[in-house]
Amino acid sequence: MGCLEALKPEIILSGSSFREAREYIKKNVREYHEVEPGYKIFDVHIIGVAPLYVGVEGEDLIFPYTKPCHGTFVVKVPGGEEIARLRARKK
Amino acid sequence: MSEKNTSEKTALILLGCPQVPVQTSMALYLVHGLSQQGIRPVVAGTTAARRLMEVADPGRHYLGEMADLDATIDEITGKVRDFDLCFVFIHNDSGVAYAGTMAYISRARLYALLFGEHAEDLVGEIEFPCEVIAAKAVHNPMPLKRRLDEVMQWAVSKR
Repeated sequence: MGCLEALKPEIILSGSSFREAREYIKKNVREYHEVEPGYKIFDVHIIGVAPLYVGVEGEDLIFPYTKPCHGTFVVKVPGGEEIARLRARKK
Repeated sequence: MSEKNTSEKTALILLGCPQVPVQTSMALYLVHGLSQQGIRPVVAGTTAARRLMEVADPGRHYLGEMADLDATIDEITGKVRDFDLCFVFIHNDSGVAYAGTMAYISRARLYALLFGEHAEDLVGEIEFPCEVIAAKAVHNPMPLKRRLDEVMQWAVSKR
């Protein structure tokens, strides 16, 4: 996972589908932003079929992370500058 | 946005998790078929999926360029590279997710190859533009090979 792994992500949901991850973020995170498939956060791309959501909770980002063999995880990591970049996106 | 130098057609073969046996054999078959048609295949996948291919073709009679999955997606989203065709191997939800991503980020003509125990169920999950090639193939590649041949019409054109 490289950079993301170094941030020691908290795994909120594991072994889910990308749709379940989408629904989880939509229902459980007050501030969420729609991103396009392939949107990059740190060193990982958001994988899935649109719409895909990335949530912001305080100083943390909550987003789906898909691995070919293990399905989609919802992870929470310190967002740093990624939060400002996400909020600054054009709708 | 295409391969830099020539008008040569290229195809990305995006491997899924290699836990279903037919993937490696079908990917090698596809690589061969594309090469026979003058289309240059590039295989991307996890390290394990690529190693299975490389060990099966030690003399590199079939395989050409092999690429890391994340690096390839990085290149496509960064508009550094794209392909004319893209074949995504799918036997689980992650495979659908990767194919959906390719449908969005790449201009390639997309083929979704669905196989494994749940191939028919997964077909219903495909909600993006692509050519679907599906067969319930786990150990025996022939059902999927037949479907691929029908779509690509290689078998017919070779006779």
